[in-house]
Amino acid sequence: MHEHGHCQAYLKQISDYVDGELSSEVCASLESHLKECENCRIVVNTLRKTIDLYHDTAENDDLPDKVRSRLFARLNLEDPKQGGIHGS
Amino acid sequence: MNAETVRDEGFVDLLISGDRQAFSELIEQTSAKIYALGMRVLGNEQDAEDMLQETYLKALKALPNFEKRSSINTWLFRIATNEALMLLRKKKTGFNMVAIDQSDEEDEAPFEILDWCCLPEQEMVSAETRTMLNKAADQLSPALRIVFQLRDVDGFSGQETAEILGINEDAVKTRLVRARLKLREELSAYFRDRMEGGVNHA
Repeated sequence: MHEHGHCQAYLKQISDYVDGELSSEVCASLESHLKECENCRIVVNTLRKTIDLYHDTAENDDLPDKVRSRLFARLNLEDPKQGGIHGS
Repeated sequence: MNAETVRDEGFVDLLISGDRQAFSELIEQTSAKIYALGMRVLGNEQDAEDMLQETYLKALKALPNFEKRSSINTWLFRIATNEALMLLRKKKTGFNMVAIDQSDEEDEAPFEILDWCCLPEQEMVSAETRTMLNKAADQLSPALRIVFQLRDVDGFSGQETAEILGINEDAVKTRLVRARLKLREELSAYFRDRMEGGVNHA
């Protein structure tokens, strides 16, 4: 990676940065580096987007119906969805 | 997941007392995520389902002794990850929980420097992209995959993730950085192909 040796040191900070977990001092120093370094800016943007894309997949998490009924059966519990105790 | 209800102390007391409706409610709120964790770590439906059932069986048994030192959510996910790791260990000798705390992998410098954030939204959420996201995550080592799943997909904090896995927060952070950077590389390579190979974004 050309001219990227010194940027290596920023990688862990970049991860903390997207989490908003850097101290204000370190944050200021990283931000001043980001102003000058386009490559690191791209890493920040694409890292953030990577996390967002994965986070969004969680919204589609669903338990397949068959897995769900076998789970309730195994636990000897009445499935609220099947029993109609509370429908939602 | 309805974090508010899960954190509610009255609800936890009901669980501890053996209230079956409360336990059903707990399943309602957490099972999809536990199953997704199983799919992510174990990679197939049968193992994920075994892990799901064992998790709630163990939780049901252990609840009377729950001491409220952590949230019920963290506690449950700890049981789930232990189950998943145990199944993984049975299948792949050589993987153990200790490995999650070892820094045996080198950090790699970012190689793909391409700003693909401006790609159209439908490109990012396509079924093909989703398949690629799963494939990329499956390529991570189990130790990285599980930290990434808990932290970035399920939204647990660093401290909660450390509690769930029984490792320290620094180890969580190190693993998370590696997982994130590896995935960013994979995604960048994928989107580079999309941008260069016929996707007209002019």
